Amino acid sequence: MTHALHIEGLTKYFGSRIAVDTVTFTADTGEVLGFLGPNGAGKSTTMKMIVGFLAPTRGTARVLGRDVLQDPLGVKAAVGYLPEGAPAYPDMTPKAFLDFIAGIRGYDGAERRKRVGQVIELTRIEEVAGQPVETLSKGYKRRVGLAQALLHDPQVLILDEPTDGLDPNQKQVVRELIRTMARDKCIVISTHVLEEVDAVCTRAMIIARGRIMADGSPDTLRSQWESDNLDEVFRRVTRNA
Amino acid sequence: MRNTWLIFRREFSAYFATPLASIFIVIFLLLAGLLTFFLGGFLERAQADLVPFFEFHPWLYLFLVPALSMRLWAEERRLGTIELFLTLPVSMVEAVAGKFLAAWAFAGTALALTFPFWLTVNYLGNPDNGVIVASYVASLLMAGAYLAIGSMISAATKNQVIAFVLTTAACFVLTLAGSTFVLDFLSAWAPTTVVEIVAGLGFLPHFQSIQRGVIDLRDIVFFVSVIMIALTANAVIVDWRKAM
Repeated sequence: MTHALHIEGLTKYFGSRIAVDTVTFTADTGEVLGFLGPNGAGKSTTMKMIVGFLAPTRGTARVLGRDVLQDPLGVKAAVGYLPEGAPAYPDMTPKAFLDFIAGIRGYDGAERRKRVGQVIELTRIEEVAGQPVETLSKGYKRRVGLAQALLHDPQVLILDEPTDGLDPNQKQVVRELIRTMARDKCIVISTHVLEEVDAVCTRAMIIARGRIMADGSPDTLRSQWESDNLDEVFRRVTRNA
Repeated sequence: MRNTWLIFRREFSAYFATPLASIFIVIFLLLAGLLTFFLGGFLERAQADLVPFFEFHPWLYLFLVPALSMRLWAEERRLGTIELFLTLPVSMVEAVAGKFLAAWAFAGTALALTFPFWLTVNYLGNPDNGVIVASYVASLLMAGAYLAIGSMISAATKNQVIAFVLTTAACFVLTLAGSTFVLDFLSAWAPTTVVEIVAGLGFLPHFQSIQRGVIDLRDIVFFVSVIMIALTANAVIVDWRKAM
């Protein structure tokens, strides 16, 4: 069976420093996988390699059976990716920006308008859709990035810190969105907010120094480390790393 | 093709989203006019041609074209949008071509807006319009070569000022490559093969020969090759930075 996500021995060196160390796992549709880890643990680097932005030193990633090294365009067409900080062209309006992305994703005419309209509604950015991205608040900018990742209704979603810097209400909106999409997608999010894991993730992976230190559902992790507090688990797992 | 067109459109309109477009066009037209009339002695020469207009283009481009190319890749890297751009289902060729063609079309637009010079000279006398068309072609090709080199350098940095300065320096050397000025400077420290390569790369002789009205295929091939080589290097640099 083809996994939605199949990561095999993914390794990345920056110079002589190892950022990601032989990361191997699979994930399937219906899973919301949370990458948990301190800053610099290798979460973003792993994601960047999965979506083909960084070339791995060793190993590879397969998305819906497509290998990122052999078929990078196939992988890029299949995944929706929200890079860290949700970058968007500052002088474009969200509408023009999404229209551009929809064009690249292969939609034209009525279909393009429909898709753009749908994601604008889904991420609730109607009221700012006509003003330049550079004038938007952090929360709106993040949702524009999310809208961009959702345009082609991808089966695999990679979201790098989707709620970072949002206020509690905005966080709620984004988490709600992730939960509603979870059923028929494979979603990977990275976060260093532990409450997020309980809020949206079906499975958590604690990453430190580029290695997977723990992997399981939030409940499994808690019972495995004999603690009713994920904070505690996190600290114990990453302390010795 | 489709993606190249979409990227082209986005990049081209990005020039107009900031005051860059209007400033560039105004300064270009102003300087072109001043140089033609004052330094070039357009009226005093009393000849119905645009030689004094075109002969300053290489020097004008030296400072203006890097201002167009510097943002192409460096800005994406600084804003972080490069991560978005390079994870879209777009091939490297489409990405590099779309960006370059947008900058070239913008330079072409600025050049096309110099048409009043052409009208003036036709009003005042009977110029050889074939030569003028050839000169426009030469000027556009020269701008394209500068832009391709600028795009390549822009891909190597996230600092637009560095991209600007290095592009100006590189284009300056290439423009004057065949002259004794550059060759003497280079032969003091560079190996002979490098000196010979640079000597053969001089932009100016190729520009001047087309500008005289002789559209020699070799000169066209020269500029097109410079563009292709620089853009290939551009793609290689972008790809190589992925592995860093």
